[in-house]
Amino acid sequence: MTADPFTMWHPVASAHDVPYRHVHQAQLLGRELAVWRADDDYVNVWENRCLHRGVRLSIGSNDGTELRCQYHGWRYANRSAGCTYIPAHPADAPARTICNRTFGSVERYGLIWSGESPVGDPPTVDVLEAGTPFGLRNLPVNAPVSLAVRHLQSHRFAPCGRLDAEAPSMTVDGVSDYSVTLTARAGDSQSGDSQSTVVFFVQPVDSARCVIRGVLADAPPAGEQLAVWRHHSTELDQLRTAIEAEAASMPAPEPMVPVLQQVPLHLAEVPDAPAGRQPALRVQVQRKWGAAAGVAAFELAPLEGVLPTFQPGAHIDVHLPNGLVRQYSITNGPGESASYRIGVKLEPDSSGGSSCLHETVREGDVLAISEPRNNFPLRRDSTRTVLMAGGIGITPLLAMAQALDRMSLPFELHCFVQSAEHVAFAEVVDGLGGSVVRHLGLSPDETVAEIRRLAASYESFSNLYVCGPGPMLEAVRREASSAGWPDDAVHFEYFKNTNEIDDSSTFEVALARSAMTVTVPAGATILEVLRGHGVIMPSSCEQGACGTCVATVLEGEPDHQDVYLNDSEHRAGDRIMTCVSRAASDRLVLDL
Amino acid sequence: MAGTAGANGECQNRAVLDQWHPVGAIDEAEPNVVHVTRLLGESISFAVTPEGRSAAWRTRSDLTAGTPVDPESVTGTLPSRCEFLYVWTSLGDPPEGSFHIPEFFEPDRRNFNACTLGVYTSAPRAVENFLDMGHFPFVHDGYLGSEPRTEVVDYNVHVDGDTNEIWATECQFWQPAASATATEGQMVEYIYRIMQPYSILLYKSCPAAPERMDLIGLFVQATSEEHCRGHMFLSLIDDESSIGHIRRFVQTIFAQDLPIIENQNPKRLPLDPQAETPIRSDRASIRYRRWLSDLGVTYGVIPAA
Repeated sequence: MTADPFTMWHPVASAHDVPYRHVHQAQLLGRELAVWRADDDYVNVWENRCLHRGVRLSIGSNDGTELRCQYHGWRYANRSAGCTYIPAHPADAPARTICNRTFGSVERYGLIWSGESPVGDPPTVDVLEAGTPFGLRNLPVNAPVSLAVRHLQSHRFAPCGRLDAEAPSMTVDGVSDYSVTLTARAGDSQSGDSQSTVVFFVQPVDSARCVIRGVLADAPPAGEQLAVWRHHSTELDQLRTAIEAEAASMPAPEPMVPVLQQVPLHLAEVPDAPAGRQPALRVQVQRKWGAAAGVAAFELAPLEGVLPTFQPGAHIDVHLPNGLVRQYSITNGPGESASYRIGVKLEPDSSGGSSCLHETVREGDVLAISEPRNNFPLRRDSTRTVLMAGGIGITPLLAMAQALDRMSLPFELHCFVQSAEHVAFAEVVDGLGGSVVRHLGLSPDETVAEIRRLAASYESFSNLYVCGPGPMLEAVRREASSAGWPDDAVHFEYFKNTNEIDDSSTFEVALARSAMTVTVPAGATILEVLRGHGVIMPSSCEQGACGTCVATVLEGEPDHQDVYLNDSEHRAGDRIMTCVSRAASDRLVLDL
Repeated sequence: MAGTAGANGECQNRAVLDQWHPVGAIDEAEPNVVHVTRLLGESISFAVTPEGRSAAWRTRSDLTAGTPVDPESVTGTLPSRCEFLYVWTSLGDPPEGSFHIPEFFEPDRRNFNACTLGVYTSAPRAVENFLDMGHFPFVHDGYLGSEPRTEVVDYNVHVDGDTNEIWATECQFWQPAASATATEGQMVEYIYRIMQPYSILLYKSCPAAPERMDLIGLFVQATSEEHCRGHMFLSLIDDESSIGHIRRFVQTIFAQDLPIIENQNPKRLPLDPQAETPIRSDRASIRYRRWLSDLGVTYGVIPAA
């Protein structure tokens, strides 16, 4: 019985086809693949098609961390293939689920292995495991795999060290549907026996095309490699001629037509629908270390599979062993997708969040986290980007700075800290070179003066991003506004909402799309009441700071109590943070 | 996947057969001589008189390419007309009149075919690319766009109730060298108008006359489902640049698009909304795809299931 090729691993490229910063076009079972190696040596095997407009990703560019489509500059992350940036809409975070199709990838015996839906692991071959594999020339053949496999069984070559042997004896050591193992031996009365074993893997490109990828079990001595390679090339050329001659005499098989995956329904419509509540992920604390005075850093790696795509500015909810849920920004640079790195400052008045992470959580522990959410997206169409970090507020800005740095866009990262020992992730900050300015040990008044100086002039296509303690954010808001910065050029991320929440009002909320009206009583939030009625609403901080539970207001006047929306957004009154804000009118109509 | 082409690749889609299709630029066709081209999978011949009257017919063996002929003496012809710089024909029952371009007749305009270029993609993919602003900074870097000015601000799209043409209005894009006469970057205003399935016009704010607009048209001749020839129609106010200079500019732009749109997979435009991922800036192309479905166009597209 013939094995189902769609459940098997096949070679799709040689390791040397995928050098750094290159994208290789491959094909397996009729499907085109884009194969590229990231700078961290992960080899990505993706459908060769940008899911925006179908352009081949193999004509895109590989910047070492992300693949950029040539048509509209969409960027896709190493490993997850999730879209991290859509240049046509610089102010929006791409829906996290915009993700190109990926296939498994394993590098073994100098070959890149992949498959449509492979079961288990790629094959291990004893003779290659025991030897020092040496790749021969790849041989594309215009013939079906079965024909190539049949001809390979009578293929002949000379063993290394005896390339001149007239009639080496050949044995077939193994045959499967997609590989043939051959050994050549030549006797010599003076130097004894020479023998070489080659495993030929046959890649099914399409129904009538394949690639023969030979791997010599033991690499010849350095000085003989070229001669051995040439010998095999010559023999393989003759093999190809014979195979193709026979193939030409047979009727051509129907080409394989791969099924292109459909995009999810919610992405097929415009604008994007808000994402629902996502199930938590489980991650392991791979490393915990002191990232600065009073700051513990955690590296969180997936227990299995690949972490979801993050964008600069994104945060995750961390579910702590003591039942608390806290939000932390992802500090990673672009394409650093093997784990998430977060920084946690020990708060002196911790109510159990930061102290639990500092004192209880250890390396090896398993934590539940949410998928990343990005309510603090980074525009990349600015001619001036000013990043202002207060203390541990550097964490989201660090991800932004690395993304801008990678794209060679100009930026300034201002770190306001007590002392040099308080700069978190100093080694990453140092790597950003001259774009970083450290403001050490300033008093509150000096800090305000410095902010005033930095925000003194506004020019179009400038953007300011700030994250830090409340008083600093208020100062930036005030100074930028009086210097003429428009609200939509100043972007904030609050750690928390320090406003006193007034939840004494009672009002009605009508849901336009769900055709439902509910009453929100004093003491309850819109979010709680809606969830009580079975409406699925995402949320994260639940204190009006992160922006996750936003809803669109169609009618009525919101009573804003959040710190996420800026003043002009509050005045516009067309969005509301359902976790803290309420209605100033008797009734609100929401687009839910 | 059932296409709509017959056994020999000829089009069987009524909605497309009944359209007017361009087959060549009048100025570039030597008069009273047989010219042979392809349209919708068939070989088509045409000829024009020195006065600008035309005849078109399914190619036949007694009138091979280059044969001298009086177009008005040919019998068994297809419908044909000379209009807006091109010879148009139809393999079905075309409408009495075609679309209108009133600006074309303004006395101070320069109207000419900038180029005719073969492209290995479907006619609708070519039209959709022409309709798209988002690719300017990446495909036409330094000409029609430049990183990092990549934003496509929201614009309006509507279908005109009388003419059933698609209009995308209030389109804006920042361009470093928007036209052959531009010397510095500027915000440029565009209006797009799709008159028929394979014909599109762009109205562009004109540096020489702020109150008026330059017109750039892409009239696509679908030679088969997955091949086409794009005819670049220009109607400009610019009276400074030489025609050679303008042609070079337009051909450069077109040549930058070629390797991109020839690398789209599939080549036929998928009309199923779930086949590709649109974003807000794709509103015009979303409307175009839906409009093709509504018109019953199945040639050069992958119809929605």
